[in-house]
Amino acid sequence: METEKLIAALSQDAALPQRSLVQRQLAAGSIAVVVAFCAFALFVGPRSDIASALETPRFLLKPVLTLLLFAAAFFALARAIRPGSKPGSAQAALLIAPVFLGIAVITEMTIVPSAQWGEKMLGTNAMLCLTVMPALSFGPLMAFLWFLRQGAPTHPARAGAIAGLAAAGLGATFYALHCTDDSPLFVTVWYPMATAIVVTVGSLMGRRLLRW
Amino acid sequence: MVALDETRLADLLRRANRGDAAAYADFYRTLLPALRQIAHGVVRTVGGRPSDVEDVVQETMIAIHLKRHTWRESEMVGPWIRAISRYKSVDVMRRRGRHGASVDIDVVTETLAAPTIEDPTARTDLERYVSRLGGKPGAIVKAIGLDGQEIVEVARRMSMSEGAVRVALHRGLRKLAALRTQEAD
Repeated sequence: METEKLIAALSQDAALPQRSLVQRQLAAGSIAVVVAFCAFALFVGPRSDIASALETPRFLLKPVLTLLLFAAAFFALARAIRPGSKPGSAQAALLIAPVFLGIAVITEMTIVPSAQWGEKMLGTNAMLCLTVMPALSFGPLMAFLWFLRQGAPTHPARAGAIAGLAAAGLGATFYALHCTDDSPLFVTVWYPMATAIVVTVGSLMGRRLLRW
Repeated sequence: MVALDETRLADLLRRANRGDAAAYADFYRTLLPALRQIAHGVVRTVGGRPSDVEDVVQETMIAIHLKRHTWRESEMVGPWIRAISRYKSVDVMRRRGRHGASVDIDVVTETLAAPTIEDPTARTDLERYVSRLGGKPGAIVKAIGLDGQEIVEVARRMSMSEGAVRVALHRGLRKLAALRTQEAD
């Protein structure tokens, strides 16, 4: 095919499709929240003492941290989908949740006697965390990968990993409402491990699904 | 780095987004030398043949076309074009498996290459794919892309409305890109 004829063919199809990427991202975000919530409501449910838990700072810290992670990763997705955009502030925002978690861990270690650290760290729900949290993140991961497919991520594995981070942020938010282990010492060990599972899956799927 | 006329290209693409076909054709013609340079740099880096360059360029143009909604009109068009061009160049060469398996998109740098002499009659990859497209979209991409017919002509010949031809053309171009990605797997 002659390049000049290709140009003629492409130019006949000039007008831009209507729906913007921003709209698509909001759609993907809404679907992700709804899917994660449904899975949570149907199969997991909140812990029985959720009303009193809501009054404790340790419990409240969990969804705050996970939502911070979700927000930052969601923001980073908007960059990853556009070729040539600089990660810059989006990448820095991803550090907010880990930094806050670090501060919480240090605070916890000054409050709780060191003899109890191990016990707090292991908690009672470690295996649940490693299975239920990734399971709750699966639906959102699909939604975010679908969104990325609408665009042009030039680093498919990396973009898939960011989708995994956003999905894990949502999944962990719902999981946190179920889990009775509230100590930052528990959160700092098991939540990142569960997140790593989702990020790895996202990255592997991204490599396959996000090529264009 | 390959020079791109930022102001002119952004202006043309903005007009194209509003349906200006002439501006859109101008956009690609303005871009073509730069795309050839970038493609040439990548092809040479991975040890491809000079004849690969035009395939890479055509793939890049289709990619730009199908992904043009990822450009924000408020942002620079140059970095966006470079990123797509590098990604597609590496992608095409990797798919051909010509020493390409280890090509890392971050490692490939654009080199200022001497303009290559193109043989305009050469049968490119794209042609093979177009011949595999079926149905109306296939016939329409072939008529407009290979035979250089106008939308009006095609619409009359196939007794379709111009709008329907446009839709089918768009669908055909997307299918074309999909065919190529599938073949990579």
